[in-house]
Amino acid sequence: MTATARSAKDTAHAELHLKMLRQMLLIRRFEEKAAEAYALGKIGGFCHLYIGQEAVGVGALAALRDDDYVICSYREHGQALIKGISANAVMAELFGKATGCSKGKGGSMHLFDATRGFMGGHGIVGGHIPLGAGLAFASKYQGKDQVCVCFFGEAAVNIGAFHETLNMASVWKLPVIFLCENNRYGMGTAFERVAAVTDIVEHACSYDMAAELVDGMNVLTVYDATRRAVERARKQSHPTLLEVRTYRFMGHSMSDPLHGVYRTKDEVEEQKARDPITHLAGKLKDDGTIDQAALDAMDAEINAEVEEAVKFADESPDPEPGELFTDVMVD
Amino acid sequence: MATLTYRDALNQALREEMQRDPNVFLMGEEVGVYQGAYKVSRGLLEEFGPQRVVDTPIAELGFAGIGVGAAMGGLRPVIEFMTWNFAVLALDQIVNSAAKMLYMSGGQIPMPIVFRGPNGAALQLSSQHSQAWESWVGHIPGLKVVAPATPADAKGLLKSAIRDNNPVIVLEGEMLYNMKGDVPDGEHIVPIGRADIKREGNDVTLVCHSKTVTVALKAAEQLAEQDVSAEVLDLRSIRPLDEAAILESVRKTNRAVVVEEGWPHAGIGAQVVDIIQRDAFDDLDAPVQRVTQADVPMPYNKVLERAAKASPEKVVAAARRVLYLDS
Repeated sequence: MTATARSAKDTAHAELHLKMLRQMLLIRRFEEKAAEAYALGKIGGFCHLYIGQEAVGVGALAALRDDDYVICSYREHGQALIKGISANAVMAELFGKATGCSKGKGGSMHLFDATRGFMGGHGIVGGHIPLGAGLAFASKYQGKDQVCVCFFGEAAVNIGAFHETLNMASVWKLPVIFLCENNRYGMGTAFERVAAVTDIVEHACSYDMAAELVDGMNVLTVYDATRRAVERARKQSHPTLLEVRTYRFMGHSMSDPLHGVYRTKDEVEEQKARDPITHLAGKLKDDGTIDQAALDAMDAEINAEVEEAVKFADESPDPEPGELFTDVMVD
Repeated sequence: MATLTYRDALNQALREEMQRDPNVFLMGEEVGVYQGAYKVSRGLLEEFGPQRVVDTPIAELGFAGIGVGAAMGGLRPVIEFMTWNFAVLALDQIVNSAAKMLYMSGGQIPMPIVFRGPNGAALQLSSQHSQAWESWVGHIPGLKVVAPATPADAKGLLKSAIRDNNPVIVLEGEMLYNMKGDVPDGEHIVPIGRADIKREGNDVTLVCHSKTVTVALKAAEQLAEQDVSAEVLDLRSIRPLDEAAILESVRKTNRAVVVEEGWPHAGIGAQVVDIIQRDAFDDLDAPVQRVTQADVPMPYNKVLERAAKASPEKVVAAARRVLYLDS
């Protein structure tokens, strides 16, 4: 390898790492603003924040092509932003406005942008896992090489739909990546209290499926593992189960306490010390990719983008009353 | 025009639609190698191959959801349930995913999917295998629901369902698969949402659908022997309901009996009665009567089962009540 080629590769790496840092920071600042807006009553209903888990969505989506499918549970603000929905359109949807990415009809749990392959946030735990396999089924049926990444939490592993789907995805060799974000708690229930098998990767053995256990606090390991899974899906049409261990710094939803009685404050603080954004920023500072001034500038730029999103959402109109009856059926 | 069984009419609709559109595929338990639990898919695996006639494990929730995902990806799945009794396991996907996808995505994701299979009681299958689900699925906005009563309607409605860009529930009568009737060849489409008068009459309207059309037609014959002219109105479609056809018939006869296989509480008949009382109150000469399954789980015993089901005798008795013939 020549010195020039190595340098080009290093530059590409540095660009990718900076992009991932920026994306994680965007999610963090967006979610912080969403929390503020929720407290002000601008956002209603359930609002599940992604703070602490940013490395999972960002690392995984960095391994995808633009035309690949992503489908998520209701904790999907982060993936929606990274799949290319603007902060304006996501925030407006949280505000229930006509300019939202689902026209104000979906809200926080049902963000969609079909043109970008973002096939929704879905509100029934585990209910969207077969949908992810179905998208992969369609891709394979049509002779395309799009893959689908299906994000779900560890609590969904106790749902029948998870097992039924993994079985069929393996039997039919579907190009789907089942990405389990193990943040340890299904709402307020620790996984080990309700699961006989706590190493979720082991479930893959039952379905003769490739699997990997991944550190979800490190965006680069998430990226690498997802890349391997995507390659397996795209080239060989084989599914993969990824168990990505992460941690949610906030409560289950905005209506829940930060740590409550199901976990200790100390545990939350201990996990915050593993903050995925601090981790990557530190690494990039150490290797000279970014300095504090550039990091501050990046943060300021993102803050401005998020402020603008709140302003946009706030000033956007509610849906017209007639919208109540549209989109129930296509003509 | 050919004489076909209801089963073969459905088979013809599936075959023609699969020939017409390569995005249409059939998925379900025993649809391929076994040729269908009720032989509705006979010959399709041979003609279209395993990619388009997909045998599934016994996992209704899972394969219904994979169907929904495939529709999101641009295909037109036909999901067969071995019976609607098993489809109850898949209701999360039918109700929460298929019916709501278009709405909660703000109109971005249409859902061209068909869920079909046998519905209603057969003979002596006891409680868990003898149920009529139309009021359950008919309750859900975002779904269309059809329940054909004849081979011709079975073909025409299934073809409409497969071509529809919305999720359509096709409730096939489990006891109707062997029924024979004339079926137009080729392009025979029955639009969803249109009722059909199966027998004209002037004295009383018998509103019915699916298997109860046969029951109502037999009742109409018996009533004719008693000098009562009954009109048999086959709803064909449960959602949308053909309100105009119901009202037109009731305005002519001034009396109605609603017959269904389901239970009485919150049944389809309750919805039909609501339409009649609201929009044809002044045309009525008697309160509307309903004939349903008894409000109990279906018993196994033959005598008890017969007593539980809607029958021509019960319909005749109800018709005589609305005509004040038995005081």
